[in-house]
Amino acid sequence: MNLLARSWIADSLEGLGRIALLAKEAVGSLFRWKVAWSDLIYQIYFMGVKSQSVILITGAFTGMVLGAQTYFQFHKVRMDTATLAVVSVSMCSELGPVLTGLMVAGRVGAAIAAEIGTMRVTEQIDALRTLATHPVDYLVVPRLLAAHIVLPLLTVEAICLGIGAAYVVGVFLLGIDATYSWYNMLKYTDVADVAVGIIKAFIYGGLVALIGCYKGLHCGEGAEGVGRATTESVVASSISILIANFFLTMLLNELLGGV
Amino acid sequence: MIEVRHLNKSFGSNRILEDVNFSIAKGESIVIIGRSGGGKSVLLKHLIGLLKPDSGQVLVDQEDITAMNERELLRVRRRFGMLFQNAALFDSLTVAENVAFAFRRNREMSRKEIEEKVADVLDLVDLPGTQNKKPAELSGGMRKRVGLARAIIYRPEILLYDEPTTGLDPIVADSIDQLMLRIRDRLKATSVVVTHDMRSARRVGQRILLLHNRRIYASGTPDEIFGSTDPVVRKFIDGVSDQKEDFF
Repeated sequence: MNLLARSWIADSLEGLGRIALLAKEAVGSLFRWKVAWSDLIYQIYFMGVKSQSVILITGAFTGMVLGAQTYFQFHKVRMDTATLAVVSVSMCSELGPVLTGLMVAGRVGAAIAAEIGTMRVTEQIDALRTLATHPVDYLVVPRLLAAHIVLPLLTVEAICLGIGAAYVVGVFLLGIDATYSWYNMLKYTDVADVAVGIIKAFIYGGLVALIGCYKGLHCGEGAEGVGRATTESVVASSISILIANFFLTMLLNELLGGV
Repeated sequence: MIEVRHLNKSFGSNRILEDVNFSIAKGESIVIIGRSGGGKSVLLKHLIGLLKPDSGQVLVDQEDITAMNERELLRVRRRFGMLFQNAALFDSLTVAENVAFAFRRNREMSRKEIEEKVADVLDLVDLPGTQNKKPAELSGGMRKRVGLARAIIYRPEILLYDEPTTGLDPIVADSIDQLMLRIRDRLKATSVVVTHDMRSARRVGQRILLLHNRRIYASGTPDEIFGSTDPVVRKFIDGVSDQKEDFF
C-alpha cells in the first residue's frame, strides 16, 4: 500500500513536471513568434463558436436556478430585491468562470486530447517532427492561445446570460421589483467581481488547453490509449479548475481587495 | 554521411537493438531487412532523431544528433524526408495541404509556385488531380504515394522509407519501387529503406543490411546477400519458417 501511494505520488509529480515543461516550451514558442495564425483562428472558431449552445444553456439555466433559490431564501426575510445582486456577484466571480471552465473542459479539453492522441498513435506527430515542425509550435500554441482568448469571452457571455435569465425569472415569474433589483445589483457588483471572473477564466483556459494537449501528446497506444487520455483530460482539467478556483479566490481577494 | 555507433535501445525490459554499428555514404541506397518486430523501424527512427538511444551515437555529417534537443534536431531534419509505414498523412488536411506542408511557413514562395510544385510532385507519384481529396478518401497505395510526395517535394538529401511496399498489391508495390528508383536517380538522395519485401530490397538497394537478434548480422551488396550460404541469411531470403508442432 505504501509502495502504491509512493508510486502514485511520484507519477503525479512527474506529470506536473511534464506539464510545466510543456508550458515553458509553449511560452518559448510564443516568444519565437512561431504562431500559425490560420490555426489560431480555426481554434478560436472551434472553441468559441462551436461552444455557443453549451454556454447558452449553462449560463441561462444556472442564472435561473440561482435566482429562484436566492429568492426563495431571501423572501423569508423580505430581502427580495437583493436577489439579483447575489446572482450577479456569484455569477461574475465564481459560477460564470467555473461553470464555463468545466463545460469547456468537457467539450474542448476532451476534443484536444482525442485529436492529438489520435495523431500520436497514427504517427502523425512523428511525421510533423520529420517535416521540421515542432509539435508544440503547431499543435499546442494555437490551442493554448485560443483557449486563453476564448474562455474569458465565453465567461462574460455566460455571466450576462445568467444575470439576464435570473432577471427574467425574478421579475416576470416571481414578481420582484425590477427597479430596486437592478439598482441593488449595480450597487453591490464591483468592477473587481467582473475582473476576478475574467482573470479566473483566462487561467482556466490555459489549464484546459495545456492538460488536453499534454494528455494527447503522452497518450498510450491504440484506441484504448486515446480513450483513456480523453477521459483523463476531462477529469484532470475539471479537478484542476476546482482546486485552482479556491486558491485564485483567496489570492485575488488579497490582490484586488474585498472581493 | 550517416554513421551509427554502438547503438543500444530497450523499451522497458525488452531489448530491441544491441551494439548496432554501420555507416551510410552520401548518395548510397541502403536496405535494412529483418523479421517483423525485429527493430528495423526503431533503428530507422533513430537515424532522424525520432527516438533517443539508451546509449550510442548517430552521426549525420559528423554531428551527433543523439545529443541534440528537439529544437536543434529541427535544423538537421530539414535535410531528411521520411515515408511512414502507414503514410501518417495529416487527416484534417487535404492531399495538397499535406504535400505542401513543408512550405507552410515559407514566405519566399508564392501560393501559385507552391501549387505548381504540388501538382508536379503529384504527377510524379501518378496521382494527378487529387489535390482536394482528404486522406480518408484514398486507398492504402494512394496514401503511401501521397506520403512519398510529401517527403520528396522539398528535395531532401536523405530519404528514409519505412516499409514502403508492405500491404500493397504487387502492381502498386512495383510502382512504389520504380518511384524510389526514380527519386534516387533524379534527386541523387541518400536512401535508407526498411522492408521485408525481398524483391523490393534486391531492386532498390545498393547495399543490404540484415538485422537479426538485435544486431546487424550481415551486410553486403544484393548479389552477395542473395547469394549467401549463411543459414540465417538464407532462411530469411528464402522465407523459410521454423517447423512447429502440428496444432491441428
